[in-house]
Amino acid sequence: MAKGNIVARTGNEAMAEAMRQINPDVVAAYPITPATEIVQIFASYVADGLVSTEFVPVESEHSAMSACIGSSAAGGRTMTGTSSQGLALMAEMLYIAAGLRLPIVLAVVNRALSSPINIHCDHSDTMMVRDSGWIQIFSENSQEAYDNMIQAVKIAEKAAIPVIVTTDGFIISHGMERIEILDDADVKNFVGEYKPKDYLLKLEEPITAGALDLTDYYFEHKRQQIEGFKASKAVILDVAKEFAVIAGRSYGLFEKYRLDDAEIALVAMGSTAGTTKVVVDELRQKGLKAGLLKPRVFRPFPKEEILEALKKLKAIAVMDRSDSMNGHEGPLCAEIKAAFYDIGVNKPVLNYIYGLGGREIRPEDIALVFSELSEVAGGKEKPKVSYLGVRE
Amino acid sequence: MKDIIEIRWHGRGGQGAKTAALLFADAALASGKYIQAFPEYGPERMGAPVTSFNRISSKPILLHSGVANPSIVIVLDPTLVASVDVTEGMPDDGILIINSGKCPSEIKKELGIAGGIKVFAVDASGISKETIGREIPNTPMLGAFVKATGILDFKEMLEDTRKKLEKKFKNKPGVVEGNIKAIERAYAEVRS
Repeated sequence: MAKGNIVARTGNEAMAEAMRQINPDVVAAYPITPATEIVQIFASYVADGLVSTEFVPVESEHSAMSACIGSSAAGGRTMTGTSSQGLALMAEMLYIAAGLRLPIVLAVVNRALSSPINIHCDHSDTMMVRDSGWIQIFSENSQEAYDNMIQAVKIAEKAAIPVIVTTDGFIISHGMERIEILDDADVKNFVGEYKPKDYLLKLEEPITAGALDLTDYYFEHKRQQIEGFKASKAVILDVAKEFAVIAGRSYGLFEKYRLDDAEIALVAMGSTAGTTKVVVDELRQKGLKAGLLKPRVFRPFPKEEILEALKKLKAIAVMDRSDSMNGHEGPLCAEIKAAFYDIGVNKPVLNYIYGLGGREIRPEDIALVFSELSEVAGGKEKPKVSYLGVRE
Repeated sequence: MKDIIEIRWHGRGGQGAKTAALLFADAALASGKYIQAFPEYGPERMGAPVTSFNRISSKPILLHSGVANPSIVIVLDPTLVASVDVTEGMPDDGILIINSGKCPSEIKKELGIAGGIKVFAVDASGISKETIGREIPNTPMLGAFVKATGILDFKEMLEDTRKKLEKKFKNKPGVVEGNIKAIERAYAEVRS
């Protein structure tokens, strides 16, 4: 059911388009490959008078997030975008934004971290800030990047938690695809006017933001932040329901693809989930009960819901496009295994580290994972962690 | 995966291999198809060999891996064949379209193509110099491409490309006309 206009857009163009329709009060940004285009295109909207946003070109990503914090605390709807080293430079300020409960929306085009220096996709950058108190929403393609950006504004403001929306660097950010864009008026109505309860420029009820908070209350404030974070799962689902009404596209905390009757399945985030769907379809034609679980919301981690969806499987492969450097496994795999411990289930879970620095992940690679998974489901032993597509 | 047509463009940095893939995808989209267009990003230098890709299908395209076995390959620069294997991964019934003044049988011999790959050639560089005033082979190659493959309706593609160029070159109407003429000439002059 098409409700919008069909256009061809890269992931970066789609995110910039969403930002134009959202028309935030402030965008403060610094360019970095492969996210540059998002704010570059948005800056042209500002120059052309298509938005009324105050655009603040700053001298670093640390300053970009600092300016965003100032703007958001003052009461403005605030957005920005970055990648990789830029996100690393923002890290200090990300924790501050989250602690202050500021609903900033940040587009992150996933890119490997240095060193060695590399501009291509992996998920190391957002994994680095996974504990910063930002909601993290992954996008499989340009359409999801567009849809997630629009939902992110509402999620952030309802939950009083900042939101990161990701796309895979170059694969999605620079890949043009067919997408459906909503009417400007629909997006405007959907995000509505931002009316924060407390903000610095509310002169009749002055507040202090960022005050010193020592042994007396720091813990209580952190506890509140943690509870707010837990509660954001429900907010994300509510916003998705509202979005489905205007867009005709439904989102959850994760997507199940041919999973309900599956015996073996992959867990994969981002663009690789799309390629995996193609492989799942091929294997199904051959009679293999294969499936996919694609986490959309990585933070907060939808533990109970993911367990429910995975618990009947005979064997699971978790695809990690980054490594934790913890000496044993990737970050997504660690989350899933820890969750199983809580319900006392010891299930074969294989971990595949793949695609670091943009290393190609082909349908054949995913088919290989499924074939190893079949063997494990049949009782064979396989290494707990494998490095897919690396030369050894 | 057979219901997806995969295409590879070879060019040199600055020749418009990426733009050609984007223009083609846009034109295919306008005809109701699902599309992907993406370049291969390496070090970005003028003159270095570059590739870009398309996927075209009547169904949603979920694949996000690179294109390894394109059934159609377009070569924007004839000198590339000396250093790049432009037929790499092509199936036996593939179509190769090259910007060259030479005749296709000669090119086939030069590239050592023994099998069934069909070769089409058009002097897109010469055409672009005459119509646009500069050597910009990517738009005329679109015309040759549509003629050789029949994937899109020529008139629809021409109209859509005109719209896109008019948007891009708002203040240079001469550039738009030159490009349109180049596409029309390449469509008429491509040989197999």
